Amino acid sequence: MNKNIDTKKIIISNPLKLDCGKEINSFPIAYETYGELNSEKSNAILVFHALTGDQYVSGKNPITNKDGWWSYVVGKNKPIDTNKFFVICANVIGGCMGSYGPSTINESTGKQIGTDFPIITINDMVNAQYELIKYLEIEKLFAVVGGSMGGMQVLQFVSNFPDKAKLAIPIACTSSHSAQNIAFNELGRQAIMADSKWENGFYSNYKLNPDKGLAVARMAAHITYLSEKGLQEKFGRKLQDRDSLRYGFEADFQIESYLRYQGSVFVDRFDANSYLYITRAMDYFDLSKQHKGNLSDAFKKTKTKFFVISFTSDWLYPTSENREIVMALNSIGADVGFVEIESDKGHDSFLLDVPSFLKTLGDYINSTYKVINERRI
Amino acid sequence: MKEEFNIISNLIEENTRVLDVGCGNGDLMKFLQENKTKDIRGLEISKEKVQNCLSKGLTVIEGNAESDLKQFPKSSFDYVILSQTLQAFLNPELVINELLKVGKKVIVTIPNFGYWRVRLQLLFKGTMPVTENLPHEWYNTPNLHMCTIKDFYNFCSSKNIKIFKSIALKKSRISEINKSNLNYKNLDSHLGIFLIES
Repeated sequence: MNKNIDTKKIIISNPLKLDCGKEINSFPIAYETYGELNSEKSNAILVFHALTGDQYVSGKNPITNKDGWWSYVVGKNKPIDTNKFFVICANVIGGCMGSYGPSTINESTGKQIGTDFPIITINDMVNAQYELIKYLEIEKLFAVVGGSMGGMQVLQFVSNFPDKAKLAIPIACTSSHSAQNIAFNELGRQAIMADSKWENGFYSNYKLNPDKGLAVARMAAHITYLSEKGLQEKFGRKLQDRDSLRYGFEADFQIESYLRYQGSVFVDRFDANSYLYITRAMDYFDLSKQHKGNLSDAFKKTKTKFFVISFTSDWLYPTSENREIVMALNSIGADVGFVEIESDKGHDSFLLDVPSFLKTLGDYINSTYKVINERRI
Repeated sequence: MKEEFNIISNLIEENTRVLDVGCGNGDLMKFLQENKTKDIRGLEISKEKVQNCLSKGLTVIEGNAESDLKQFPKSSFDYVILSQTLQAFLNPELVINELLKVGKKVIVTIPNFGYWRVRLQLLFKGTMPVTENLPHEWYNTPNLHMCTIKDFYNFCSSKNIKIFKSIALKKSRISEINKSNLNYKNLDSHLGIFLIES
């Protein structure tokens, strides 16, 4: 959001040519780091965030005052142990936590850029973050890791920079957005744009905010992050603070109340235009199309080791789509491991306390780090 | 177990590319990684076992050999190993054919149903054999297609599959199997190990 965020930030001076044809320059990338970079610079892990994530992976998020979005995975003595690893996470371009996005102030007008912001892609996001890695003078990352849209960035990163990461862990993601994925994103965008306070994206000029539309977008999306079983077990038909139905349109059911709450807290931390731009970037993502329909070609030049993870109850980016990535890698003899983790927490499993996921991920990263260091690759 | 691992390891040349199909908890993979080659992958159907392997840093894919071997290109591994798993497939013939496509050479090990201890149980007790090597009861065994060393030997001849080496194991005693001692080895060995090529 357009707040005075005291965040680590660099200005990228190299011009960046976007997929849409436009060029951006002197743009900010906001980022956060955890742990210490060792003297060999061999312990750096770049984490990519998902649609509504930000650079605050772990610890307290200074904006929301809540735990970082991946606190179960990143931190001291966590699966990605910051006693050992130097973890970097940047806010994607298009985002609203300090990186160049639609809520960035245009210095010549003093107003937010709004929908004059160019359309960006996953490829653009990754290229922008590569500038940060260069700035930090890290020749080769130990790992690139991310779930959902973060996983898409992992795939794009290795494809763009085949020799810049030893290990790549895409989690609960896809190599191309399906019709269903696009459909849900379009629903969210239409909810925002249907809000009269959206003002074609220039709401900040009128001191407005399309918070109703953004909340609906979040509510719809939130359903896609959960599983039917999980929802049924947690909420069922339980009523919210009442013993009987009220015969009205208040939130009678706990699930209604829960979704309304999710919507309302979301609008406090997220910019509606960023939601439009980032969902668009996800919809445009099709890594195999970038390689004339052959996904394997995206990874032909790389020696990066892959570990793909999916979840049984994730119907947004189902195991079958994660397996396509594994198959494309296998067909070129790449070094790839894969497991589908049992969980009824849906797509959100990668963010939550799913012990077998956290254990497998942590053990794998640690033993691979040991093996790679022993071999001195 | 250890003897079988040693024999398999001796069949493999150093620094070659290996796939272990039905790799279980990755014990053989670890053994080969320490003794023969770093370039080793596994395929395993059980989630729990896959997670155990990955926790050890082994490159393993969760999948079913009957449907998932297709994704590997032809001859993409120098050796494909199938250790005591052939009998558990719905369609062992299909699996063997897939293995021979994916691997330049294939190592198959077979718990021998022709071993005299196994035969005696059926003959005298009149019940399905339960041995150290075949510990399951008939109603809970994962083994759908038990065969003998002789069966597999004959299978290879009839399908024109070349047998490079065939080894019989009894306790820790190792011997070669050939056409003339086949009937005896089939009676006196608990495990057969075959190095084959299409």
